[in-house]
Amino acid sequence: MAEKLLEVKNLCVSFKTRKGIVRAVNNLSFSINHGEVLGIVGESGSGKSVSMSAVMGLIKDENAEITGEVIFNGEDLLKKSDEELRAIRGKDIAMVFQDPMTALTPVYTIGWHIREQLQLHSDISDKAAKERAIELLEEVGIPDPVKRVDQYPHEFSGGMRQRAIIAMALSLNPKLLIADEPTTALDVTIQAQILDLLERLRKTHNSSIIIITHDMGVVSELSSEVLVMYAGRMVERSTKSSLFAHPQHPYTKGLMNSVPRVDRARTSRLETISGQPASLLNLPSGCAFRTRCPSAHAACTEQPAFTADSNGYGAACFLLSKAGAP
Amino acid sequence: MTTHESAFDLSSESPSKIALRTLVRDRRSWVASTMLIIVVALTLFAPLYASLISKTDPFVSTINGTVVLDGVEVQVLQQSTEGLKLGVNPIGPTWKIGPYFLGADNQGRDVAARLLYGGTNTLLIGFAAAALTLIVATLVGVVAGYSGKIIDSVISRILDVIWAFPVYLLSISLSVVLLTSGFKWGPISLEAGSLYLPIIIIGLVYVPYVARPIRGQVLTLREREFVKAAIGGGAKNSTIIFREILPNVIPSVLVFIPLMVSLAMLTESALSFLSIGVQPPDASWGTIIKDGLGLLYTRPMVALTPGLFIVITAVALNLLGDAVRDALDPKARLRGAF
Amino acid sequence: MTRFILKRLAAAVFVLVSISILVFLIFFATPGVDPAARIAGRNADQLTLQQVRATFDLDKPLHIRYVSMMKHLFIDRDLTSYVNRGAEVWPQLTQAIPATLSLVFGAAIIWLLLGLILGITAAGMRKSWIDPAIGIIGIIGVSLPVYWLGEVVNLITQGRLHATLFRWVPPLGYVPFTESPSGWFLGLLFPWLTLSILYAGIYIRVIRSEIVGLMQEDYIKTERAKGAGEKRILIKHASRMSLITVVSLFGLDFGALVGGSALLTEVVFGIQGVGRLTFTALQNFDLPLIMATVMYAAFFIVIANAIVDLVYAWIDPRVRRG
Repeated sequence: MAEKLLEVKNLCVSFKTRKGIVRAVNNLSFSINHGEVLGIVGESGSGKSVSMSAVMGLIKDENAEITGEVIFNGEDLLKKSDEELRAIRGKDIAMVFQDPMTALTPVYTIGWHIREQLQLHSDISDKAAKERAIELLEEVGIPDPVKRVDQYPHEFSGGMRQRAIIAMALSLNPKLLIADEPTTALDVTIQAQILDLLERLRKTHNSSIIIITHDMGVVSELSSEVLVMYAGRMVERSTKSSLFAHPQHPYTKGLMNSVPRVDRARTSRLETISGQPASLLNLPSGCAFRTRCPSAHAACTEQPAFTADSNGYGAACFLLSKAGAP
Repeated sequence: MTTHESAFDLSSESPSKIALRTLVRDRRSWVASTMLIIVVALTLFAPLYASLISKTDPFVSTINGTVVLDGVEVQVLQQSTEGLKLGVNPIGPTWKIGPYFLGADNQGRDVAARLLYGGTNTLLIGFAAAALTLIVATLVGVVAGYSGKIIDSVISRILDVIWAFPVYLLSISLSVVLLTSGFKWGPISLEAGSLYLPIIIIGLVYVPYVARPIRGQVLTLREREFVKAAIGGGAKNSTIIFREILPNVIPSVLVFIPLMVSLAMLTESALSFLSIGVQPPDASWGTIIKDGLGLLYTRPMVALTPGLFIVITAVALNLLGDAVRDALDPKARLRGAF
Repeated sequence: MTRFILKRLAAAVFVLVSISILVFLIFFATPGVDPAARIAGRNADQLTLQQVRATFDLDKPLHIRYVSMMKHLFIDRDLTSYVNRGAEVWPQLTQAIPATLSLVFGAAIIWLLLGLILGITAAGMRKSWIDPAIGIIGIIGVSLPVYWLGEVVNLITQGRLHATLFRWVPPLGYVPFTESPSGWFLGLLFPWLTLSILYAGIYIRVIRSEIVGLMQEDYIKTERAKGAGEKRILIKHASRMSLITVVSLFGLDFGALVGGSALLTEVVFGIQGVGRLTFTALQNFDLPLIMATVMYAAFFIVIANAIVDLVYAWIDPRVRRG
């Protein structure tokens, strides 16, 4: 078995608020191997972004409490100082965010940004950095890179900016790229291009990708494995094909059913998941999904354990454990 | 955007309740309010002080008056023992509760009593001018922002011209003209020494400072969906302005209140210092500083203490202004300031 | 680009003309005000008033007077004072300019340095006591009446401690640099410090507030993900972005001060600058001199606005595209 690149064990991220303690991430455990693509799916508030911010050490709130283990390359990131993490951020783990329009300091050129990324972690000269920047821009498909490298972010369109940002993120060949809703702010047509780009780059740079999204379409394009989150917990984990073919958790089933499909009759109504997304301040006891679950029953007032098979795939639902492990 | 703000259901309370609570929990509002209450109370105490403690009329010169100090009767204005021995030297601070606690000015008047009376005028003008500015500026700003292009251009041009005039130059110009001759226009007649003149001048001069940001805000609001929805729904303009636009503009106006009072006060005292603000026999902290100039090196208390009062009041107002601004700024809440 | 410049020029001219008319109206046309009476003094009899009116063309219609004054002011440049008969207005103004420029330049350097250093430090050290401490300095700075502060400074340097600690402080007044560089410097030192305290207070607060706000921006998140340290982010990103606001603000403040808004400082320290000249003109109701000084001030404000717009485009690349 390949050595795991990133292993997250019992990650908990809670915030102290006036109204009580909010558990944005509750006992999250998963792992990702080299070269894999993991999709993390969930609604706003599910904890998907917060968990990855915690992995990168980007949570700066004094009211936050983070426990658990985040093992990357054999070391626990949660035990590292900010200085040590800075050496890792951008170099071994890179992150790309949702809105390319506001993601770069407007007063510096794209070339300057890429050069900064390179010079933060290596002793590269200005000239060499510029050459490397031009190479990278070409690699991500930006036309006329020699001219573009001296242009400012606002001179790039949304899609091109996101490409440049991805180029910058991959410039030091990080082993892991975390992409937080990278296509949400973009046109659907551009979305497909960006996802293709990510897939292509993954192969050439041999990096793993964690892609955070709420869009099932994005998940199906890119990932090999999928993790579904609800109210801060992982409720299901599976391979992509498995998830789409036989979703096991009622929440996942609801998500699948609410996506319009080409192969269904046009007159059939879209199914929705009843109720409101969970408020983290007011979670139901036991399984957080039970107030919206069509299959809820008496046992659901207790927190169901995550029943997993030997690969770690499974779901957190009493229905599963009743039927026995798959 | 903080990473977790979308997860928290904090919207169950009205924004004004949240703002009020934040304000109350902010230490600055307590410190500032206390300082202001003390200052206002002291100035209101002026008549009592004059009759009970200083026992002299602070508006009447007592050049030949005497006062009993340590059992000895002493001239209030004494022959100067310094320099060429030509001038008169008012007595210095006694530092005892009683007449001439802070000494006398060059007309023999009790400085401490004048200080308290002067405070009334300074504060009065400060608050009144600020009120005038805010009311007029809100009106102008809302009309300019909401009306069509022509009205907006005209108003904006006027605001630009007034604002291109440095505040002090404009207020000085108007004061010089109006304060010596008074203002007579049809039925309106204001005498040269009227307090209304500084109030109106200072009030109007700062209108562009407030009107432009409000106009900007109204312009943005007008394009927001909820306003467009109201217009589409056939609501009358007046309804829209009162129901949708004004409630969103009020928070900005509230933030401006302490700031404008402070600015108005500082401007009034500067004008009075230059002899074109409050006119004798009225006093304000600015006039007392001016009176104290001739005595600066011998009896510095006359010029020092009114300034100290101005500083304390302005500091309190600025502190309060900061607290109000932070309380009304929704983003400030989420910066970990739960 | 040329159309942009022409439009700005037209707007600037419009503002200047409007201001000239406004000032003219204030002094000549305010109801209840009689300029002849002001010039002739109180209790002047009718004959004196008639003479004054004739001498200064005050009996002619408003617009003729306005045009005549403007012509003498700008075209012939031989406008003379009402108060000091025969003294030309322009030379008085130009002689006063170096003093004001010296005062404002020096103060500007001080307040900019203080504002940037303390403002950035306060924004970067929000978790420690340094932030509130600098905050208090800022609040006190904006709460000090500048003329009172000047008098207090004089009290100390010219009065109490003049014989001892501040022996080296020259008497109040401006010494041109060409006459004596050290005299120039020492004479301006305390005026610089006094004038800059108010503006330092303003700038400390503005800069701190800007930077704190900017640290919430998305591009800061990207920088952290890149592996940049907090200090680098604070200075190379947040502070650099805050310059956009700071530069505009500075341009307007500098323009206003050079035009004469430093009058309180000049009066208190006896500096024969433009501000002081303006005030004297206003006090004496010396209308030609008033017109000249006010137009001078307005001109600088308008120029400053225009320069700020240009510099804005240079600092913020997003604006350049038109």
